[in-house]
Amino acid sequence: MASIPAHEGFDAHHDDAHDHDHKPAFFARWFMSTNHKDIGTLYLIFAIFAGIIGGGVSGIMRAELAHPGIQYLGWWTHFLGGNDQDFNATLHMWNVLITAHGLIMVFFMVMPALIGGFGNWFVPLMIGAPDMAFPRMNNISFWLTVSGFCSLMISAFMPGGTGMGAGTGWTVYAPLSTSGSVGPAVDFAIFSLHLAGAGSILGAINFITTIFNMRAPGMTLHKMPLFVWSMLVTAFLLLLSLPVLAAAITMLLTDRNFGTTFFNPAGGGDPVLYQHLFWFFGHPEVYIMILPGFGIISQIISTFSKKPVFGYLGMAYAMVAIGAVGFIVWAHHMYTTGLDVNTKMYFTAATMVIAVPTGIKIFSWIATMWGGSLEFKSPLVWAMGFIFLFTLGGVTGVVLANGGIDDNLQDTYYVVAHFHYVLSLGAVTSLFAGFYYWFPKMSGRMHSEFLSHVHFWIFFVGVNMIFFPMHFLGVQGMPRRYPDYAPAFEYWNTIASYGYAVMAFSMVIFFINIAYSLVAGKKAVGNYWGEGATTLEWTLSSPPPFHQFETLPVIEDAHAH
Amino acid sequence: MALALDAASRRNRKVASMAAFGALAMLSLGFASVPLYRMFCQATGFGGTTMRATAAQAAAVKTTARPITIRFDGNVTKGLPWEFRPEQVTQDGHIGERKMAFFIAKNTSNRPIVGRAIFNVTPEQTGAYFHKIQCFCFNEQRLEPGEQVRMPVIYYVDPEMLNDPNARDVPEITLSYTFLEAADSAPAPLQKQVVQKR
Repeated sequence: MASIPAHEGFDAHHDDAHDHDHKPAFFARWFMSTNHKDIGTLYLIFAIFAGIIGGGVSGIMRAELAHPGIQYLGWWTHFLGGNDQDFNATLHMWNVLITAHGLIMVFFMVMPALIGGFGNWFVPLMIGAPDMAFPRMNNISFWLTVSGFCSLMISAFMPGGTGMGAGTGWTVYAPLSTSGSVGPAVDFAIFSLHLAGAGSILGAINFITTIFNMRAPGMTLHKMPLFVWSMLVTAFLLLLSLPVLAAAITMLLTDRNFGTTFFNPAGGGDPVLYQHLFWFFGHPEVYIMILPGFGIISQIISTFSKKPVFGYLGMAYAMVAIGAVGFIVWAHHMYTTGLDVNTKMYFTAATMVIAVPTGIKIFSWIATMWGGSLEFKSPLVWAMGFIFLFTLGGVTGVVLANGGIDDNLQDTYYVVAHFHYVLSLGAVTSLFAGFYYWFPKMSGRMHSEFLSHVHFWIFFVGVNMIFFPMHFLGVQGMPRRYPDYAPAFEYWNTIASYGYAVMAFSMVIFFINIAYSLVAGKKAVGNYWGEGATTLEWTLSSPPPFHQFETLPVIEDAHAH
Repeated sequence: MALALDAASRRNRKVASMAAFGALAMLSLGFASVPLYRMFCQATGFGGTTMRATAAQAAAVKTTARPITIRFDGNVTKGLPWEFRPEQVTQDGHIGERKMAFFIAKNTSNRPIVGRAIFNVTPEQTGAYFHKIQCFCFNEQRLEPGEQVRMPVIYYVDPEMLNDPNARDVPEITLSYTFLEAADSAPAPLQKQVVQKR
């Protein structure tokens, strides 16, 4: 993270042949885009759109779970064209909702926003590159993701066995997803994963090539901003884990449609093999969702502490370590499938090892803030919220890593609380932190700091109200994935549902803030965060010119990270 | 300028093809995991997978003084119209001793059915020491309508088990079989009925 001398205005450079800020017409610019910033914007808009749907689905679920009994599911079954006279179809609707919520939030909200959105926008800017290595492949990645989303939406209106839609859970375990779900809904859902997965693999190849080949002169790997490091590790995880998922779900498709028996014991297959393959992808996937967040938080903490990140190399290689170890811990998702005690012991120990590099990151963020001249702008407040929430989720993760304890907590709300603390509160909080950090850079208009702070505090209270009580429910034995529960669980469920309303209100403030800044926001200067913001994107105007860095910036040796 | 650009795009192509190769390698590994997983389970007894021995291997095993009880379980999956049960509930023997047990299966439907038995032993850590010399589960079994058969299993428990600290204290091993209708069992029954109705 070398500092850039302020006198070098890269955006002031004009080629004599043409104006480098010339933009194509609307259709060519947004539908056939090859510009990394425009594609990043498209990804962000798409992620917000998908997030509204995925978040709306969780609203239906929280409404249903506010009290015992079945209240609203029948109405929703009818609304979406299902047979609400059949109670089983109504219950199937619940499975469709949890499946849709999981798949949308993972593949069409968090990943497009963090990787496609912020990654596309800021990786080239931060390494001083004019664009991504393969701009047209970048465009294909985006539209593959969109078609994947369409395929998933179509699946909701197809017969899926007991009712309409794919009700398999985001894990798509066999045999529920094979012999248990007759009808094309699950085929469409699987195809959606194929499309989104192909898009992500192409994106990963693009990021790897860009980061390896297109860094500005003087920017060695060990001088790259930590956000770029996080994207590099994420791209490798995508590249190595997604093809395994592709293989697994392709075998599911042939099991469903072409009479193969990869996961069917009647033909010599084994359903547990599917779980191994899924989680060999699934565990790196959770790091894919959080590592870019780590990168964003590092940039923000350093900016608003006005000092370089504490232990830069340790921070970079902690992410590499998390990524590497992430590939050898997958069976901790499968403790109850009949692993013997030695296997459980290995996976427990390996899982706990991940707490070490993660701890390095948490402590280094705190050490960066320690003695820094802190400025509590909205991105820093969100980043500190991230550290708190992510640490809480990490601690319950260490609890769940124990094979013995997991026998008891498997598939309870304790697990739901754990992964929502690291994802819905961790990854999503880092998304908002990055959004407030970079929104004026992307749009050229300042947001309201006041509304951003209000958004943070209401969101913080809301999500904790939703998810903290789930720890209690889980320890008391409430199982996940059911629309109904014993009346004894009502108290904390009602509170969680009120928490959802609080969180939803904070999202209204978020959208008001965006609308305000686009309509009436002050024009943003190039480096609106001041002296702490030292990475290359701050040397450009806000928004940056359509084509930046026509002369490559040179990174000077004198400034350490 | 044009020359420099070419060099850059060549470099990009090189890195991208290496990355694509990595992705393809992982894709093939995903498919290769099917036979690899089977080999792994058979080699290690993972998840209670039992071992297969030849008569010659079995002859070399010496019977020990350690008694062990084998408990038998037999069941069928939902929808398979067979009766299937062990003839004896338990068998007492010694580790290393060669024993024979019988299972009885009857097809209660009016069509021939090919069944496939899947099996495992619990506690799972004994899978690597439970050797079958002969078993009806080695092949698919075809039963005619109403046919009843008595099917043998010849097995022994490997004395090596006494050297494994995780398995040596086990006093009883349960051998369980589940019969499924084989995936390629004759024409699919549902279609057949539809044809007959017409």
